[in-house]
Amino acid sequence: MNKAKGEDSKVGNILKNTLKSLAFPFFSIIVSIFVAVFFVMWAKGYSILEYFSALGDLFKLIYKGGFGNPRVTFVTISEVTPLIFTGVANAVAFKCGLFNIGVAGQFILGMLAAAYVGTIPGLNPVIHIVLIILAGFVAGGIWGAIPGYLKAKVGTHEVINTIMMNYISMALANFLILRTSFGVAGKSSTETIQDSAQLHRFVSGSGANISIFLAIIVAIFIFWLLWKTTVGYEIRAVGINPHAAEYGGINVAKNIVFAMVLSGGIAGVGGATQVAGILHNVKDFMVLPSFGFDGIAVALLAKSNPIGCIASALLFGTLNSSARTLQLNGIPKDIVYLIQAIIIIFVATDYIVKYFSEKKKKEAITNE
Amino acid sequence: MNSIIFINLLAQTLRIATPLIFAALGGIFSEKSGVVNIGLEGMMVIGAFFGVYGSYVSGNPVVGILFGVIAGGVIGLIHAVLCIHLRADQVISGTAINLFSTALASFLIFKLFDGKGGQTDIVKGLSYNIPEGIKNLPIIGGFIDQLNWFVILAIILVVVSHYVLYKTPLGLRIRAVGEHPKAADTLGINVYKIRYLCVILSGMLAGLGGAALSLGITPLYREGMVGGRGFIALAAVIFGNWRPFGAFGASLLFAFGLAFNIFAQGLSWNLPSEVYNVIPYVLTMVALAGFVGKTTGPLASGKPYDKGSR
Repeated sequence: MNKAKGEDSKVGNILKNTLKSLAFPFFSIIVSIFVAVFFVMWAKGYSILEYFSALGDLFKLIYKGGFGNPRVTFVTISEVTPLIFTGVANAVAFKCGLFNIGVAGQFILGMLAAAYVGTIPGLNPVIHIVLIILAGFVAGGIWGAIPGYLKAKVGTHEVINTIMMNYISMALANFLILRTSFGVAGKSSTETIQDSAQLHRFVSGSGANISIFLAIIVAIFIFWLLWKTTVGYEIRAVGINPHAAEYGGINVAKNIVFAMVLSGGIAGVGGATQVAGILHNVKDFMVLPSFGFDGIAVALLAKSNPIGCIASALLFGTLNSSARTLQLNGIPKDIVYLIQAIIIIFVATDYIVKYFSEKKKKEAITNE
Repeated sequence: MNSIIFINLLAQTLRIATPLIFAALGGIFSEKSGVVNIGLEGMMVIGAFFGVYGSYVSGNPVVGILFGVIAGGVIGLIHAVLCIHLRADQVISGTAINLFSTALASFLIFKLFDGKGGQTDIVKGLSYNIPEGIKNLPIIGGFIDQLNWFVILAIILVVVSHYVLYKTPLGLRIRAVGEHPKAADTLGINVYKIRYLCVILSGMLAGLGGAALSLGITPLYREGMVGGRGFIALAAVIFGNWRPFGAFGASLLFAFGLAFNIFAQGLSWNLPSEVYNVIPYVLTMVALAGFVGKTTGPLASGKPYDKGSR
């Protein structure tokens, strides 16, 4: 009897904690949409009294552009897939106390590796796809290992190094594509990968492909790794307090490098599936792939929980894919990126929550 | 003949370096006071856009520059509130600022310029006329003729920044706040006030850098125009060891790479442009790793200051 009651309250506690941890991300989303509606009103020339019709417009169009018909739904799926990868990649780094701004660069390296491995002729499709994904992981992992090693051994801040490596990877890709036999002569792209290397698409004519399942599996696997294994425990311990972790016998340097390899590797797999599933070749880069920075937003909104990343990638992916529909209806597509940026701003200020809970605690103490 | 090429190259270097110098000076003020600013890129974007917009509405490029500086300052203020009072992670805040500014500028192109293919109209740039007397000076005359007002302002601001940071009580306070905020607070320095001042100033300087990019070179704003220059400026701050003259030298070095690239193409020099493009980034990583000299940033940089904590 007592035991059952204890379990009841345990379940209740878990529920309460989950709700509590979900409250703030939801609050951020609501506030950012609240702010974004003002931009919609400005763009469409609504007066202040028409706030709710602007809000309705925005929601209707985001829904229509994200899931309104099968075609856009598939676009949404293809937008969500890379965001899950980059989001989980950022989450792993965050959990180890690292800020991997270099996800965009690692994503590029994964794309390059996939484009290279993908052109090998005469392979069994299953082997070929496994090879492509491994190649993406290795390339991205190496690219992540460099700043990880520099952080662990020399102590230089990973933020600066990963920013610099983003631009280096872009130059490297352009060099390989435009100036070596890796690219097709006279075209600013690589060769189209072999049929055996292409991931199965749900319908022809749309980029959505089976890599969405791989993304979800990776997210669940990383969740399991971080919370249910010793390896993950060590990563999280280093993230919470490296000194305490060191004192407890955890090799901090090893874990920093490992977390960066894992983070870079996942980003690389994201890049590889992007090539194998959607693009089928790599073009030269004018700007960094936006998935890198969006991945930061995804991970932040999910509070670095890999499973949460699936949900927040769904939100951001839907926003991205609805951009076109918004634009067609007289709302600049940039409203979508504004919403995303404002979400991050509010997520970044979670100190407010801490402030109020601490204030409450202090008042409770003085009232005793 | 050779001296003319050399002068052209040097003038080109200075013109390319100018936006970087402004933004890097901004980065130095912010970092010296203990606030990491990776939002420089976004602040430059806003400065570049509002510089053009100011010139567009008033027909006067000087008003445009003011618009750019003020807009950059406002973005700096957002970063300051987030980092100082709300104690947000400074890198996250900077990332958010970058995303927000880029999106806002694109939105405003659509709204204020009817969004013609992601760029604004061409507006009046800052004209640069120097007296005939100077223009006719041997060698130097031709060199000065190829500069613009932004270049001259940048050089002046480097000297002023150095003076302020190292020769005035305010500079001492800024550095103290960045190195050891608690000690500074004990001595009666208002840590928050100094940090607010520096971060807003940082935004204003980065905004000026953006305006120099748009009004000083081609007087319009195009999406993707800043194209990572804010991050190169950040690299210049670090490579220049967080000192105004150091950042000035680093900006010149990075810009020289780019200017030489344009110049070498004319000579059918067979080094790919990507090699020149990566110079700033590779040098910064190498410098940070301690292979070239030693770079040390302000001690408290990146850490929010909590007055009540022990």
